[in-house]
Amino acid sequence: MSNMISLIFITIGVLFNLLGCIGIVRLPDTYNRLQAATKAVTLGCCSILLGVLFHFGISDAGTKALVAIPILFFTSTVAAHALIRGTYHFGIKLGDKSVKDDYKDAVK
Amino acid sequence: MSGYLNILLYVQIALSGICLYRIIRGPTIPDRMVGVDIFGILVVGICAIISIQTERSFILDIGIAWIILSFLGTLTLAKYLTGKKLNE
Amino acid sequence: MKYITLFILSFIFWLLLTFDFSVSNLIVGVVASIITALFFGKFFITNVYKLLQPRRYFWFIVYLFIFIWECLKANLDVAYRVLHPAMPIRPGIVKVKTTLKSDMAKMLLANSITMTPGTISVDIIDDYLYIHWIYIRSEDPEVYTPIIIGAFEKYIKRIIE
Repeated sequence: MSNMISLIFITIGVLFNLLGCIGIVRLPDTYNRLQAATKAVTLGCCSILLGVLFHFGISDAGTKALVAIPILFFTSTVAAHALIRGTYHFGIKLGDKSVKDDYKDAVK
Repeated sequence: MSGYLNILLYVQIALSGICLYRIIRGPTIPDRMVGVDIFGILVVGICAIISIQTERSFILDIGIAWIILSFLGTLTLAKYLTGKKLNE
Repeated sequence: MKYITLFILSFIFWLLLTFDFSVSNLIVGVVASIITALFFGKFFITNVYKLLQPRRYFWFIVYLFIFIWECLKANLDVAYRVLHPAMPIRPGIVKVKTTLKSDMAKMLLANSITMTPGTISVDIIDDYLYIHWIYIRSEDPEVYTPIIIGAFEKYIKRIIE
C-alpha cells in the first residue's frame, strides 16, 4: 500500500518536471523561462522526495527526505529571485509581448 | 514495480538532457544560468529515485549536499551578473 | 539568549539528519552545534520569545495548507500556458505596496509570491515589492494588489508580527 502511494507521488513529480522542461524549451524570453521552470521543477522534486518519505516511513532515510523538502524549497526560491534580479541588471530587455515595466524607474 | 521505477528514472535523466540543450543553445548568458539552476534541482530527483531502487540512505545525503552547493553556485553567478565584486 | 536558541535548533536538525542516538554521535552533534551557534548567532532573529507562543504555530499550519493549495494552482496555470499552442502570455513588471514591517515577514512574503500562479518577485525597495507577472490582468494598482498578495499578507502578519 505505501509502495503504491509513493509510486503515485513520484509519477506526479516526474510529470511536473516534464512540464517545467517543456516550458524551458518553448517560452520566448529568459524571465518567462524562469517563471515556468522554477515553479514546476521545484514542486516536482518536492513531490518525488515526498514519495521517498512514504516509501521508507519513519527511518533514517525518511527523515532525510523530510529535511530535504524545506531546504530545496527555500534555496530554489531564493536562487530564482537572485537570478531574475541579476538578469535585469545584466541588461536583458523584457520580451516583445511585455506591456508594463515599473522597475525601470527604480533602478536608475 | 522496479521496471516502472526504471522508466521514471530514464525519463528524469532525459529531462536533464533537455536542460543541457538549453545550456548549450541559450542565446544569452542568463539563459545558460537558468539551465544550470534547473539542472541542479533535477539531479536531486534522480538521487531520490536511485535511493529507492538501491534501498540505501546515503544517496539522499548526496542529494542534500548537491542542493546546497548548487544554491551557492547560482548565487555566485547571479552576483557576477549584477556586475559587482564578490565582497560587496 | 539567541545563541542558546540557535544551538537547540541546530542540534534538533543534526538529530533529524543522522537519526542515530548513540553516545559518540550525540557528542559530535553537540560540538558541531556549538561551533555553528558561535559563528552564526549574531545573524539570528532578535526576538526569540516569539518562538514560544503556540498561536503562531497554529496560524502557521493554517497558512501551510493555503500555501500548498496556491502552489498546486500555480503549477496547473503554468501547465496551461506552456501546453497551449498559442501561448497566452502578457508579461511585465508591476509595483506592489506592502504593509509588513519586519525583514523576516517581507522575506516570507517574497518567497510565497514566487511560488504562486504566474508571479515572481524581482526586488524589494523599502515598502515596495517589484513583481514579474506572466499574465497582467489589469494595470490599476487598486485592482492587482489584492490579486497578488491578498491571500498571504494577513496570515503572515499573524504569524510573525
